[in-house]
Amino acid sequence: MNTDKKVISVRNLYKKFGAFTANDDLSFDVYKGEIFGFLGANGAGKTTAMKILCGLSYPTSGEIMVAGLDVYKQREELKKNIGYMSQKFSLYEDLTVFENIRFYAGIYGMSSKEIKAKADELLQKLGLVHARNKRIGELPLGWKQKLAFSVAIFHNPEIVFLDEPTGGVDPVTRRQFWDLIYEASRDGITVFVTTHYMDEAEYCDRISIMVDGRIEALDTPEKLKTQFKAKDMDEVFLLLARKSNYQE
Amino acid sequence: MLILFGMPIVQLLLFGFVITNDLKDVKMAVLDHSKDEYTSEIINKIVSSGYFNLVENLDNITQVDETFRKGETKVVLVFEPDFGKKLIKGSQASVQILTDASDPNMANMEVNYLQGILHNYNVEINRGKQVPNQIIPQTRMYFNSKLESVYMFVPGIMATILMLVSAMMTSISIAREKELGTMEILLVSPLRPLQIILGKVTPYLILSFINALVIVGVGYFVFGVPVLGSFALLMTESLLFILLALSLGIYISTVSNSQQVAMMLSMFALMLPTILLSGFIFPLRNMPQPLQIISNIIPPRWFIVIIKNIMLKGTGLEFVWKETLILIGMTAGLIGLSVKKFKIRLE
Repeated sequence: MNTDKKVISVRNLYKKFGAFTANDDLSFDVYKGEIFGFLGANGAGKTTAMKILCGLSYPTSGEIMVAGLDVYKQREELKKNIGYMSQKFSLYEDLTVFENIRFYAGIYGMSSKEIKAKADELLQKLGLVHARNKRIGELPLGWKQKLAFSVAIFHNPEIVFLDEPTGGVDPVTRRQFWDLIYEASRDGITVFVTTHYMDEAEYCDRISIMVDGRIEALDTPEKLKTQFKAKDMDEVFLLLARKSNYQE
Repeated sequence: MLILFGMPIVQLLLFGFVITNDLKDVKMAVLDHSKDEYTSEIINKIVSSGYFNLVENLDNITQVDETFRKGETKVVLVFEPDFGKKLIKGSQASVQILTDASDPNMANMEVNYLQGILHNYNVEINRGKQVPNQIIPQTRMYFNSKLESVYMFVPGIMATILMLVSAMMTSISIAREKELGTMEILLVSPLRPLQIILGKVTPYLILSFINALVIVGVGYFVFGVPVLGSFALLMTESLLFILLALSLGIYISTVSNSQQVAMMLSMFALMLPTILLSGFIFPLRNMPQPLQIISNIIPPRWFIVIIKNIMLKGTGLEFVWKETLILIGMTAGLIGLSVKKFKIRLE
């Protein structure tokens, strides 16, 4: 982790929907190559904040720079420098593995020669060479998920945003998925991930916990545990979540 | 719930009001070469029947064609010179019934009604006479002399198919991307929203255009439905209608989040009105006033008028510019609405 280079810098981000404040004065930095966990209960405002960082939605106010670009004025440029994977599985089921890669890489303006070479390399790495021309729909969910992540970072973005990427995946595949995330991080790609699983939170370099639209805690998992005198992240999270005045 | 209970009621009302085969206020013109008491009495009888409205008096047979092309007047009655004299002396007088048969069913009914009225009048004046007088009605169908119903179906089917393929398919395919989550990825990608929409819409534009060509072709070669007007104009108008349907499809997709919703919306909001309220099968002018007003916002209603005019009457843009403008306006409106919706979603 290189704390010299800020990849995401958020200052006083507000997002209001009428009278409801979804993001209440968020300020944080994310550094290059870092795995940044973005935690919070459902409805805490994670997805809203993420959408703003991806250029999908405008903030009400605040200064936000992503990959050195302004989310208000340089959206188009910004979108070229980020990757995104949503909680919904998002490859085309009726296209083959290679066709999906070619389609998404093509959108990001990669040349077909480049795509072909890189796709072969990727399939080799994932052990999916035999499935190159199989339709995505025929693959098991674990493979699809890994492939979706690989496609999201195929164009070598500075940051990849993962919105609950491991929902509905078995523990073994989740572990393998995190290996891919570590690898991407080693390659210098910053990973911004939201998750529900507290064991996954421990894998992150730093985490922030959102409660009712505000960031209540932001540090490494170790320091958070000492700070809250908790034995694991689960306990930290519960302590903070109880502060919520929006009880379920 | 609303759909389950609302739909049967709406359908029942629609069908009940729409499917009437009665004539009402048919616009009629008269070319009276004789202008005597008999002809004016006959005209009075026809007008007072309530089925026909006299809108124009013509002076020359050459005006008939022009009158029909304008599309308002559906029937022209031509009395021969000295109609009255012949009726008394020669006991035989002829009257011509000319109808706009681009809608064959209606033309048929109009002729039947008119013949009925003429016959009654004939019986009336013959009362107590030894040598019966005779009014001989001669009929002529304009634009479709053999009264082929295929002339009516080709434009109707064209409107229905284009509406279906363009609007329904577009809305479903965009809704599908939303449902699967691929739309989100596309939106995060450097692609501009316009590029995404164009990418989704272009295939259906081409498909629909081919469909239009095939329908006109089959109509022409298999059923002998003529294309009297300019073929280029016909295709341009079709293209305009396809664009309209596509933008309608885009609009539907912005308000529906799943394929099912898009499908239901397209079916009920497009299919039924296209068939019932467009004048395709059931003539608009027989419907109750509220339905006629509603029919104005149904795009195929205008498109069918346009293609009937071009194909069967051979008219040019000068007679359909009003309908064309309406279609253009609707397209622009729908695109505007969709863009606005799309922006709201982004914020």
